[in-house]
Amino acid sequence: MSGLVLAAAPALPLHTAGKYVAGAYIVFVALLLIYVAIMAIRLSRTERDLVELNRALEQRAQEDSGRDLEHVP
Amino acid sequence: MTLLPPTPNYGKGLRGLSLATVATLSVAFALVFFYAPLDADQGFVQKIFYLHVPLAIVALCGFILGGLFAIGHLRTGDRAWDMRSYVAIHMSLIFALGALITGSIWAKASWGHWWVWNEPTLVSFLIVFLLFATYQPLRFSIDDPERQARYASVFAIVAGAFVPLNFIAVRLAQGFVHPRVLTLGGGNLPGPMRLTFLVSLVGIALLFATLWKYELTAKSTRMQLRALRRRVLGDEAIRPLGRSAAPS
Amino acid sequence: MRTALAVLRKDLRLELRTFETVPAMALFAVTTFVIFHFGLGQATISGQLAAGVLTVTVLFSGMLGINRLFVTEREQGGFDAFLLAPVDRTSLLLAKAAALFTFLVVLELIAVPAFGLLLLGPSLGPALPGLAVVLLLADLGIAVIGTLVSAIAVHTRARDLIGPVIGLPLMIPALIAMARGAAAPLAAHGAASVPLKWLEVLALYDVVFALLAYAVFDFLLEE
Repeated sequence: MSGLVLAAAPALPLHTAGKYVAGAYIVFVALLLIYVAIMAIRLSRTERDLVELNRALEQRAQEDSGRDLEHVP
Repeated sequence: MTLLPPTPNYGKGLRGLSLATVATLSVAFALVFFYAPLDADQGFVQKIFYLHVPLAIVALCGFILGGLFAIGHLRTGDRAWDMRSYVAIHMSLIFALGALITGSIWAKASWGHWWVWNEPTLVSFLIVFLLFATYQPLRFSIDDPERQARYASVFAIVAGAFVPLNFIAVRLAQGFVHPRVLTLGGGNLPGPMRLTFLVSLVGIALLFATLWKYELTAKSTRMQLRALRRRVLGDEAIRPLGRSAAPS
Repeated sequence: MRTALAVLRKDLRLELRTFETVPAMALFAVTTFVIFHFGLGQATISGQLAAGVLTVTVLFSGMLGINRLFVTEREQGGFDAFLLAPVDRTSLLLAKAAALFTFLVVLELIAVPAFGLLLLGPSLGPALPGLAVVLLLADLGIAVIGTLVSAIAVHTRARDLIGPVIGLPLMIPALIAMARGAAAPLAAHGAASVPLKWLEVLALYDVVFALLAYAVFDFLLEE
């Protein structure tokens, strides 16, 4: 207990200890960011599918209204 | 046409949850570097403890949660439970990987080796990780989706029950000869350290919950879009599912 | 219970007539001992090393039996017959686990003397009581997990791969206890008694997983 030093501000030591701690936290952030990237790729694919779906529906609506106009006596 | 049970709205509450996660984790890391005192034995290296142990604890709870969700699936037959189970195990596996890597870094920094066998928690963890790493190969080697979900749930339950047994066995095997390398002991964390640890634990747990919900929402969205495309554009417009645990 | 006995009798009779599984397991075990002799580069082994070698050999030989456990059921419609018959489905679990246990015991009746002959330094005789208890308890655990894993694996595409891949991690606590427990009887300077804690771990493992298997097995059999 007597050896504990209360660090009021982080004195980030640039000797080896700091590198290991930094490494651990970097691994954590990297894993998180990789996950974000994967989700982003999936989201863009979902958006692409949605756009295609919308376009197809638009087209179908136009065709239907075109056909309806023809049938008007 | 497949009749889906009413799809739960997974995204509800996701915003609040993610904000809480950001806040808690920021406070936690601030505490780690600005408030928590330096450890007498290990010095600055001990700071990894605040990341490694919460990751490990949350991963283990996540595995057990996966087993609990699997019980829900087998009891109700509702595939939504299976999806919750799958995502929980998937997330826990990633968190467990993080715990193993940070644990290895800590071992190297404190003890000079990238792996130590006389740290029972780390060893038990490796075994649990190896077990749950087989979950996905198992799932995706079963073609029939309903059977796949059922067998995966059985596995999740057995594996979830395995976790505590495994820890007992490994801890006994280490004997009491070697001093525990990496732990500070459950009860004798000084006040500021304990506070930092608890905040960190809550933060990582919230992170797990957020990512779990996020993944479920994304999966559910993709699933519903797929069903919509099939209805509007016909069966040829949908790409084959490939590896997916989503009930189709 | 009667169903379980009937299925068990069927499996044992099948094995006695065809000699498919157990001779292969035994041969595999003895060959493994030979490989270990060359791999370890020692004339004899004892103590923890001997226990470890015996554990690993029994485990991998057992895997051969596990892979074949449900094959006839799968190929010749045994599962369907079981589902149609008005019997309790968990009797299949009981029967298959009992069959696997029997195979393992027969395997050990051959492998352990071979081990004593080929690799073991100290004499086998005084080690037998302690060793027998450890092996029997471990066999129970391996039988239960093996049956469960085999039932899961038989319906997958990668049949022979998935079984060991899932089964081995699940068996690790039992194997730890088996390897550590067997070290004392096989000690170089005279057989000691097995530390009680390993027997307790094995017993706990057997009970927990037997109950668990009993609870979930039904779900594996549904169509």
